[in-house]
Amino acid sequence: MTRLEKKLSALRADGRKGLFIYITAGAPDVETSVRAMLEAERAGADVIELGIPFSDPLADGPVIQESSSLAVRNGMTTGGVLELVRRIRRESEMPLVAMGYINNLLSYGFDGQKVYDGYEKFVVDAKAAGLDGVILPDVPHEEAGSMRAISRRNEFHLVEFITPITTVERMRETCSEADGFIYCVSNTGVTGVKKLDFGVINRVARAARQFTSIPMAVGFGIGDAESAVAAAVETDGVIVGSAVVRRLLDGKFDEAMALIRSMRAALDQNYHR
Amino acid sequence: MIDVKGRFGAYGGQYVPEIVMPALMELEAAYDRFRAEPQFLSDFDFYLRNYAGRPTIFYAADKLTKHYGRAKIFLKREDLLHTGAHKINNALGQALLAKRMGKTKIIAETGAGQHGVASATAAALFDMKCTVFMGVEDIERQKLNVFRMKLLGAEVKPVSSGTGTLKDATSEAIRHWATHVTDTYYLIGSVVGPHPYPTLVRDFQKCIGEEIRADSLGTFGRLPDYVVACVGGGSNAAGTFYDFRDEPSVKKIGVEAGGRSDGIGDNAKTLSGTGRPGVLHGAYSYVLQTEVGQIIEAYSISAGLDYPGVGPEHSFFKDAGVVKYVAVTDQEALDGFKRLSRIEGIIPAMESAHAIAYLEKLMPSTMPDEVVVVCLSGRGDKDVQMAARAMGVEI
Repeated sequence: MTRLEKKLSALRADGRKGLFIYITAGAPDVETSVRAMLEAERAGADVIELGIPFSDPLADGPVIQESSSLAVRNGMTTGGVLELVRRIRRESEMPLVAMGYINNLLSYGFDGQKVYDGYEKFVVDAKAAGLDGVILPDVPHEEAGSMRAISRRNEFHLVEFITPITTVERMRETCSEADGFIYCVSNTGVTGVKKLDFGVINRVARAARQFTSIPMAVGFGIGDAESAVAAAVETDGVIVGSAVVRRLLDGKFDEAMALIRSMRAALDQNYHR
Repeated sequence: MIDVKGRFGAYGGQYVPEIVMPALMELEAAYDRFRAEPQFLSDFDFYLRNYAGRPTIFYAADKLTKHYGRAKIFLKREDLLHTGAHKINNALGQALLAKRMGKTKIIAETGAGQHGVASATAAALFDMKCTVFMGVEDIERQKLNVFRMKLLGAEVKPVSSGTGTLKDATSEAIRHWATHVTDTYYLIGSVVGPHPYPTLVRDFQKCIGEEIRADSLGTFGRLPDYVVACVGGGSNAAGTFYDFRDEPSVKKIGVEAGGRSDGIGDNAKTLSGTGRPGVLHGAYSYVLQTEVGQIIEAYSISAGLDYPGVGPEHSFFKDAGVVKYVAVTDQEALDGFKRLSRIEGIIPAMESAHAIAYLEKLMPSTMPDEVVVVCLSGRGDKDVQMAARAMGVEI
């Protein structure tokens, strides 16, 4: 079992909900992002998602676009993210998952050959560094084939997605091959949206339950304790990104941590055995 | 990476967020249904003929031929189409498709503004609401086209993220599509993006090459020896080359923007320069990128060619040796722009001027009994202001 699987099964046994916190590696600067990841664990985060910054983040809203382009300017790379993982591992055994775009992974370890595919090298090195898996928002189920096989062979999670408009047939396929956890996108759109009705994704998650017992976490549009509680009804946890990243970009480190603590408290108050 | 549907060799695919997958599947199913439906094809043909102005003129450029004194040069006059470029072929095809699919809104991205104008035109014709995403840099460079789009009833949304150019406008259009996927049709402007776009855009443009074939057979009784087209995303080139893909006697040459130098960020030589395969905007294809996989902003004097990616079928054509990809510099393109204006009285789009400019390199190696066809993809009115500036003239 990976750190992620252990953590999520322990939470489920206690009837608690997982709190996944996304932080762009390298933004607002490298040291602040590492400190934020470690402090987030102390504030109550169960899983950290380390954002690998891409120049053209198709699935992200303005906040994570801003943090990504800042992190790219700060020189953060896929290799740099693995370096951060090694640093964090000296202090913490919390589950760590990377979130990024396929092009950066294809270029990992680039050797000058015109046609190059660095995914396998990434998985091997990431596993050795202490990363538990990766989330690739521009790799839908159909494109994951060989990457899924490589990941599985290395006991490294490649996370699958479902959304409110995923058809039942695709939901069944996705769930049957899901690994680690399933990322439930709460609504149509990109990250950083506001004011959502989580009833929709809760119904979707309930529908997906008939196909799998793998943990699920809801992301997109969760910005405060209230929305965290509302989003978590049918799943194993919630993913918070833009709300934390915005505060880090604005230099409001303590506010970011206070937000995580308030979400932790609200989740534990509402969900426990 | 694995081969699945919608691939040209290893290239293509659907690297998009899960949220847009159902829309791509819906589009693919609709396109499969309509492409074989006589009514849809005859509707498309009707608008191409009676609205856009097809077939376009196959012009024997005798003065240009005389200028070089080598092979005979013909120009495929896509610049004479309604709205002034080949982009209208695709815009009409996709707008008809969107209408058949019951969509009421279309969105489009645009760089030079030609595709934005073509989309706004088709939307006006078919009573659809049109929103065009355009980088703030491009809005500044192409004010005339921005005004044309607004005049046609479209909303122009400025995109300031990233570098404020075509690649960012494309990303923003995809983000908007992800948010409004149920009622909105994304009318992509080139043979790029996730499957099925590269295929369907090429299909809506392939009339260019089919007409060149018929024109050639009718005019000089055989196929041409060379066909030349400029390549940004590659839609006029795909339309020009596709019908000749299995004709090795027809040498196909795609001309990219060599920009101001071979340095990083100074050109758009995706296929003819330092690009290598990667994923941008949903497809695996050649792309200008750093060694860690960040996309490099392309540069060209022509706002329609400065795209850091290229259609996946072109990547396949490059590797398979079906098409030769070359580049000409800003200065060479500007000289071509002036040359065609002076010699033939035709002001070409700065994009098309790249194909014209390549004749300087190609013509000396040709024979008088050979034939060269250049796709003149658009007219140059939109570029005169920028050309004047580049030539140091105040207007």
